[in-house]
Amino acid sequence: MVVFGTRIPPVFSLLIWIALWEIVGQLDLAFILPPFSSVMQELVLLIQRNDFQAAAWLTFQSFVIGMTISIVFGVSIGFIMGTSKIANGVLGMWVNIFASAPLSSLVPILMLLFGLGQTTIVVTVVLFSTWIIALDTYAGVRHISPSLVEMGRSFGASRFQMLTKILFWAALPEILAGVRMGLIRAVKGIVIGQLLVSVVALGRLFRTFSDNFQFEQFWALTVTLFIFALLFSSAIGWLEQRVEYYAKARI
Amino acid sequence: MSVSAAQDNSPKAATDDIVEVRNITKYYSPDVHALSNVNLSFPRGQMTTLLGPSGCGKTTLLKIIAGLLEPTEGDVLVNGKQVHGTGPERAFVFQDFALLPWATVLRNVAFGMELTKQDKREREDRARHYINEVGLAGFENKYPHELSGGMRQRVGLARALAVNSDVLLMDEPFSAVDEQTRRKFQEDLLALLANENKTVIFVTHSIEEAVYVSDQIVMLSPRPGRIHSIIRPEFSRDADPDEIRRDKNYLDTVEAIWADLRKYLD
Amino acid sequence: MSDAPSIATTPPMPMADRETLLGIPIMRVYQGLSIVLVFVAWEIAGLVPISIAFPTFTGTMRALFEMLVDGRLFYAYAETLKPLVVGIVISGTFGVIIGIAMGLNKTAQWFWEPIFVVLQASPVAALIPLITYAYGIGLTAKTVAVIMLAAPIIVLNTYKAVRHASPSLIEMCRSFQGTRFQEIWMVIVPNAAPVIFAGLRLGVAAGFIGVILAELLITPTGVGDLISYNRSIADYEYMYAAVFTVILFSAILVGFLETVEVNYFRPEKKKGQ
Repeated sequence: MVVFGTRIPPVFSLLIWIALWEIVGQLDLAFILPPFSSVMQELVLLIQRNDFQAAAWLTFQSFVIGMTISIVFGVSIGFIMGTSKIANGVLGMWVNIFASAPLSSLVPILMLLFGLGQTTIVVTVVLFSTWIIALDTYAGVRHISPSLVEMGRSFGASRFQMLTKILFWAALPEILAGVRMGLIRAVKGIVIGQLLVSVVALGRLFRTFSDNFQFEQFWALTVTLFIFALLFSSAIGWLEQRVEYYAKARI
Repeated sequence: MSVSAAQDNSPKAATDDIVEVRNITKYYSPDVHALSNVNLSFPRGQMTTLLGPSGCGKTTLLKIIAGLLEPTEGDVLVNGKQVHGTGPERAFVFQDFALLPWATVLRNVAFGMELTKQDKREREDRARHYINEVGLAGFENKYPHELSGGMRQRVGLARALAVNSDVLLMDEPFSAVDEQTRRKFQEDLLALLANENKTVIFVTHSIEEAVYVSDQIVMLSPRPGRIHSIIRPEFSRDADPDEIRRDKNYLDTVEAIWADLRKYLD
Repeated sequence: MSDAPSIATTPPMPMADRETLLGIPIMRVYQGLSIVLVFVAWEIAGLVPISIAFPTFTGTMRALFEMLVDGRLFYAYAETLKPLVVGIVISGTFGVIIGIAMGLNKTAQWFWEPIFVVLQASPVAALIPLITYAYGIGLTAKTVAVIMLAAPIIVLNTYKAVRHASPSLIEMCRSFQGTRFQEIWMVIVPNAAPVIFAGLRLGVAAGFIGVILAELLITPTGVGDLISYNRSIADYEYMYAAVFTVILFSAILVGFLETVEVNYFRPEKKKGQ
């Protein structure tokens, strides 16, 4: 988009959407949509609240633990799928089923089995993100140039050396892409979990706000979560940039 | 037809063969018969080229010698002993270079030594020496994506030289670069090998290349791959490279081989 | 040069991979075995039991059968599918149109891409409770939930497909004096069709997620109701059976769409998004 001869980056179109939001809110066109400015004001207040900080911290911890587990599982499964035909056929079937299934339907079961606390959040994160990480890792392994593998063998690389010095790095761009997708799904999983529980932590806040028609606060909380998801996604995106120099030069 | 090249139709029993292949047969599947009963000897210190049209099994044979492929039947002997799989006495140069795209030139050249766990200082010194030898001095810290095709192949060559193997196996090493670079490479390769005392087994589909660089040419016929004949080009290599390419004996040899191979083209 | 004619007709070969077992492709056998294994593990876990809220496999299957026979299951899915189908049709139609517009027009791309990327990455599920305030608790609300989750994926996939349409085919069309309209209709769209269809498949999966969520969060109807209600009365076998059907239904639906995609469009498929 060019205005007065200068290129405006696409991100700025978001400003137009925000402006629209503000107008709709100010004109009271939809009572569930308060003006953007008031949402922002509430956001500042929200992040200072103790109950929010406690809930957010708890959630964040569980998120990190869960993501670590799912990265380890997902990458391992992806590698196994990529190196063994049988594993690919069998594991692949399960991974694909769970990658596209409405995992939110499993959340009520998780709550039954694991209670309402941190464990459930961790399990939710693992459940939501492992599959896509496995799939993308698998794609990365499949893309490894056979020449590179032969080269390693021709110079006498051991299995361990193959994995750590060649295979992992060659598949890394796809692995990172998978982790980024997994991260996004994990955040969605946490939100869904919290909405379904709604008696503790963030879920409770959501319920309180919506029950009391406190839409500014509700949106503030939602926007906070959105920003959180986008920040994480950008962080991985930054990592992906770092390996881009060789991602495209692969044979 | 008279050709100033010694034609040799029987498996040669040379005095010192560093590599020997005996009764090599290879099936990729019941329908795909790549090699049939190949017997060959490779004299120490000489350059042997495997030449032939597509489907004659030359790359298959090379990889079997390298230990990257298992033959269905037959043995490979190096220095008189049977070998299975890869080994430090044989180094491979790949057609598509097979460089680690995330590593610098220095690390790539040192990679073979890194895998055998040599000391970092030592291997980097050796690597620098060979980077110099192939004419890439100054490019130690560049990445493959910053290099041209020709330069990447020189990295591959330096890497193979750096592990100090007895035998160098080269799989159509110049086919992925342009024609001008290719010619220069052939000349540079000969110059380099003059100092190194290595045995080289070379695969190519270019007749000119084979005649230019080799001490002996093994011609393979396709489907399934078999030895058709063995030729030792006889022309003087003392002259200027451009003059050699116009030498009558050189050109006659090329023509004779072409006439011979022609019948295998569809 | 001696070359003995081949005497043996069967070439010596390393042990070939078995292709079939009793006529069934070997991979299916392995997959089937893994399914059996999972069911057995489930049964054992239920018998231990690892939790009072964890029914056995057989118990769950019994409940499933019962719901199938007395029609509860069919009624539930009929209810659930209504907003799903309507939502997919709407988001599919408008999503593909917007996606194509974005792919062809720089301004459209500038305007729509960032917002859809944000929607795609954000947990829009958080907004589902709000829907009730605007649209009540009926079909409309649930359809909106489907659209919210399915539209971004469909739009973005369509957009990417159109953007990456083969430049050489487009050039070829121009070289034969094709009009812009012909270019779009006869080259770009067919070229982008496989990826657009993949986007629709992902959209269906996402929409299904949306409708289940809406049923769990807004008002229980359909399958969501089966899950919530049976949980509330602690009839875990029926609850788990309902969840089982959801996973099964999704697997079959997505599997079916994938088969259509592979057979009808092109066989080169990449796993993962």
